[in-house]
Amino acid sequence: MSAAKKANSNRDDYLRMYRQMVRIRAFEDNANQLYLSAKMPGLTHMYSGQEAVAVGICEALTCDDKITSTHRGHGHCVAKGANFKEMFCELLGKEEGYCRGKGGSMHIADQANGNLGANAIVGGSMGIATGAALSARRLGKTDVTVCFFGDGATAQGLMYEVMNMAALWRLPVIYACENNGYSEYTRTDEIAAGSITARAEAFGIESHQVDGQDVLAVNKLATDLVARARKGEGPFFIELMTYRYHGHHVGDINREYYRPKDEEAEWKSNRDPIANFGKWLEDQKIVTNDELVSINKDIKAQAEEAVAYAEKAAYPSVNEVDMHVFASSAA
Amino acid sequence: MREITLSKAVNEAIAEEMRRDPSIFVIGEDVAEAGTPFKVLSGLVEEFGTERIIDTPIAEPGFMGIAVGAAMTGSRPIVDLMFGDFLYLVMDQLCNQAAKTHYMSGGKLNVPLVLRTNLGATRRSAAQHSQSLHALVAHIPGLKVAMPSSAYEAKGLMKTAIRDNNPVVIFEDKLMYQDKAPVPEEEYFIPFGVANVLREGTDITLVATSSMVQVALKAADILAAEGMSAEVIDPRTIVPLDEDTILKSVRKTSRAIVIDEGHQSYGITGEIASRISEKAFYHLDAPVQRMGAMDVPVPFSPALEDVTVPTEQTVAERARLAIRGDLFHAA
Repeated sequence: MSAAKKANSNRDDYLRMYRQMVRIRAFEDNANQLYLSAKMPGLTHMYSGQEAVAVGICEALTCDDKITSTHRGHGHCVAKGANFKEMFCELLGKEEGYCRGKGGSMHIADQANGNLGANAIVGGSMGIATGAALSARRLGKTDVTVCFFGDGATAQGLMYEVMNMAALWRLPVIYACENNGYSEYTRTDEIAAGSITARAEAFGIESHQVDGQDVLAVNKLATDLVARARKGEGPFFIELMTYRYHGHHVGDINREYYRPKDEEAEWKSNRDPIANFGKWLEDQKIVTNDELVSINKDIKAQAEEAVAYAEKAAYPSVNEVDMHVFASSAA
Repeated sequence: MREITLSKAVNEAIAEEMRRDPSIFVIGEDVAEAGTPFKVLSGLVEEFGTERIIDTPIAEPGFMGIAVGAAMTGSRPIVDLMFGDFLYLVMDQLCNQAAKTHYMSGGKLNVPLVLRTNLGATRRSAAQHSQSLHALVAHIPGLKVAMPSSAYEAKGLMKTAIRDNNPVVIFEDKLMYQDKAPVPEEEYFIPFGVANVLREGTDITLVATSSMVQVALKAADILAAEGMSAEVIDPRTIVPLDEDTILKSVRKTSRAIVIDEGHQSYGITGEIASRISEKAFYHLDAPVQRMGAMDVPVPFSPALEDVTVPTEQTVAERARLAIRGDLFHAA
């Protein structure tokens, strides 16, 4: 590959990562607005602030690679290739949603893009991700599975059971712990004793800690680990240091009793993954500020268009209520 | 026809299906060389190897979760849960994950797995190795529940369970593993949701599951010697339940006792008795009776344990009262 072509393909990669992060932020801004304007049933958990984690990792994956996601899962879903329209439809409980309105914000699954679904039980998907990795290896596929979970989930026993088996059986799974500093309404250092990476190291799992606000650092590490997992060198564990801009969920607004406002302001103004990456792209003369503004504007318009579409979309017919309890069996 | 044990029947069903479909594997504690404590799986590891007969650490939630993920991604796992009492350990992965995935994903994801476990008291194993917990899982939409009552039933129901595209929990009576019954050499399946009328009768219907089927048949013998005619029905699967066959029988006999080894309160006996009362009320000549295990933890001492479960004598006595018309204040 010529140097010029390589720079060009990097430019495409960088712009795709930038766009995907902006898409996540735009999705969440709109989802939050839907909640605040009482247009969304239930509530939801915002991914804003953590975009570099989902995008840095998912950009290292193929469409066939699998992910499992969490209650704070919109970012993973977008990063793995989902469309705005079906996602907003699902958030609003509409028939055209990814799950025909049966899952909602906390259960979006998009199996066409390898997303095995978000999970509303904290740590609940760790077995599923490990099983997907076992399945891929047994069936002779080269898929790698990434299990996204938060620092809070490291308190669940299931994690230790499945990491033990993944290590014993050398499964192609990457445990991606998004440490956003808070386990729901509690500081992580109040719920997690000792080191988080040491938990995985105890099983002989190679572990890394990375700045989760730096999309290029995340992507570089993930690309390397995914390639190695594909060759049978897994499992791996990554602790991604990141920050959640909103509360635990959209209704968690008065939260100074557990998190100071100046801390939030510090992360938002100095460590924002999108702003910092955009600035780097400009500094490196990869894009102009005008181009970034134009990307942001286009994506904002796409998100608003998808919201408008979802608001007008139809609810599922009530006779779907007992459909999909069981899959049909040809036997 | 040849006669084989229930244990051999289960082993044959799994081996036949595994030869046909390479996506099937067995996972659980001591399933490979040990062939399980009851030796039900003996010989399978020699034929299929440790890649398909997978020994796990003692980590029930972990391997249950792994099976769910494998089932979502093209495999058809058979999970071996050594004792039914360990169901409590796997409840999140079974009931929050496996049971709901198809529905929550709007029908996109399937979880074709079999959880084989056991039930049955009077083995002097005390309160944590003697429970019959099928009512717990029958309560959860999305799970099918099979209750084989003989070697023949065990093989035919297991083969159907393995080919089903849903999570199926199959409870074997651990006291019947060495009981022989005629089992054809030729392949056969027993469909789910089709009850078996084991004995026809005119005075009373005995609906009995699993371990209680033999009890009901022996009670029918006692009654026959006294000139009373009992019809004995084995539902075979409690989810789905063949209500029609049960109701048709009760409309004929006008009396019914439901016998099941789960605890009587809030259990299978109450559910089936209630359906009979709701849908065949005007055909009844006596209150529908429930006979389950006593509502006590299963005691160790034989002197105590034996009185906790229905026997042919207690069933025959209850039937006599019903047929004589002495049951109006039985409740």
